[in-house]
Amino acid sequence: MTDNYYVCPGCALLCDDIEVETEDNKITKMYTACMKGVARMKGCSSPLECTVEQEAADVDASIEKAAAILKDAKNPLIFGHGNSSSEAQKVAIEIAKRTGAYIDDTSSFCQGPIIEAILQEKLKTCTLDDVRDKADVTVFWGADPANSHPRHLSRYSYFPRGKERQRGWEEDRTLITVDIRKSDTSEIAGNSGFFQIPIKGDAEFMNALVDGLSSKVPKTSFNFDKKKILELSNTLKKAKFGVIGVGLGLLYSLEELEPLFALMDKLNSVSNFHIIPMVGQYNMRGFNHNLFEETGYINRVKFDIESGQAKHGAEYSVVEALKERSVDAALVIGSDPLSSLPLPVARYLADIPLIDIDPCQNLTATKANVTIPCALGGVESGGTAVRMDGVEIELKQIVETDKLSDKEVLTRIMEAL
Amino acid sequence: MASVMEIYQLLPKTNCKECGKTTCMAFAVDLLARKFSADDCPPLVNEEKYKENYDKLSGMFTPVAGVSETGLIVHTEKCTGCGNCVVACPVDVAADPQGAGSGRAPTTDKVIFKVVDGVVTANNVQECRRFGENIILCVACIDTCPTKAIEFV
Repeated sequence: MTDNYYVCPGCALLCDDIEVETEDNKITKMYTACMKGVARMKGCSSPLECTVEQEAADVDASIEKAAAILKDAKNPLIFGHGNSSSEAQKVAIEIAKRTGAYIDDTSSFCQGPIIEAILQEKLKTCTLDDVRDKADVTVFWGADPANSHPRHLSRYSYFPRGKERQRGWEEDRTLITVDIRKSDTSEIAGNSGFFQIPIKGDAEFMNALVDGLSSKVPKTSFNFDKKKILELSNTLKKAKFGVIGVGLGLLYSLEELEPLFALMDKLNSVSNFHIIPMVGQYNMRGFNHNLFEETGYINRVKFDIESGQAKHGAEYSVVEALKERSVDAALVIGSDPLSSLPLPVARYLADIPLIDIDPCQNLTATKANVTIPCALGGVESGGTAVRMDGVEIELKQIVETDKLSDKEVLTRIMEAL
Repeated sequence: MASVMEIYQLLPKTNCKECGKTTCMAFAVDLLARKFSADDCPPLVNEEKYKENYDKLSGMFTPVAGVSETGLIVHTEKCTGCGNCVVACPVDVAADPQGAGSGRAPTTDKVIFKVVDGVVTANNVQECRRFGENIILCVACIDTCPTKAIEFV
């Protein structure tokens, strides 16, 4: 056993207890990491090639071409950042300022609203270490960490013994899942801890819970068993330290966050509850923090090229900007928007001059005019990243590479500008 | 896991005794305990009409090679390496309270479960509560597995 632990960039849990064995500059064996982490850290099956107009080129030429595309564009878009180090994100923000670009990340259609509310201190949050040491009631709402963050339950939220939770999960912790289908996580929570609601029923179920917590009869249009809601309200009321892990399932079903705020207010008046967003990509929250520091907004920003002022609004989100066709070039880093954006929007993105910076081959790269491979963050290059609960974690370099890190690629584009 | 009745239904049910057992039911019990394999039933292997049942039965018992002394099998193709069993196993918690018991990487080799390359592996099975004379039928690792990748036979 060694004390030489590395950090896994597989998801936003950023597990910092991974041991690796290396041979010939490649990771051959990994300990403690889950399958998701292993798949990411062992590297890509097909690494990205360096190309200009789909033909092989050297790094200098492609960086020059990338800078030229950004220079010629009136309204470029810089998107991605979920899988980039915080250092690279800061340079990307600088580039956006210089070129008067739209800058946005995946949080714009992901956990953005929750992180915004947390950074504006509208929602109470805590760190995952608090969860391990104190949490006795954990709720996963619209989330399935058994698949999305495999080690969430074992490392923090349910199974481990913490300072104030010495007796383990059987006696000291309660796991509750609210979801529209029986997920692998709800399998662990068991029938008593699983609350199945209909699609789009989240807001109503929250209001019913608030009623239950206020000792009123909880009514829902889908006739959810009132007794079960009252039982759940009771469990939540008795919690000494509660946590709600908010998943995309909940966020996508809410038109606005009001019901969640109401529920959290009520919960915190009768008990003690915290929110943790179930962020997917390893440093999406880092981008939100960095942009918030710089501009006061977490995403959906357009910089004014003359004054460098940041404008913020729904119309500057990646989807809206592409839909309006106001974007005339795009730089994508550490993301694959062509496979995650809606088809009409993605089609337009594929038509405009496109630069892709990534360690691995992806769909976006097949349509990009310029592709620049970068080192795999957390394996081939170091840096910092922000965990899903907002704690900054240092990523360590494990193997040597001759590729530039994402930060170096962006810095050189910045210099060429 | 299939019950003994389900297995029995797939057998020829002729009590031919060719396997050395007196009845097909007895064979089914031993098949479930993995003392026999589907290949030990000659009619099932040789006769065309039982081919479908033979395929079903051999599919049911393929991972027999991985059984440890306590009867623990890890279905590696189902395991996601979440580590729930590592943290939940009472033996692991007693052996390594600050590491495995607290959700962190194991700090000692005395633990039973370890995740290697994203899949859980069982070591030190002699420490398992299901081993030896004073067996406790502990199910901590099975109950906590989200994908049902761990099984005892």
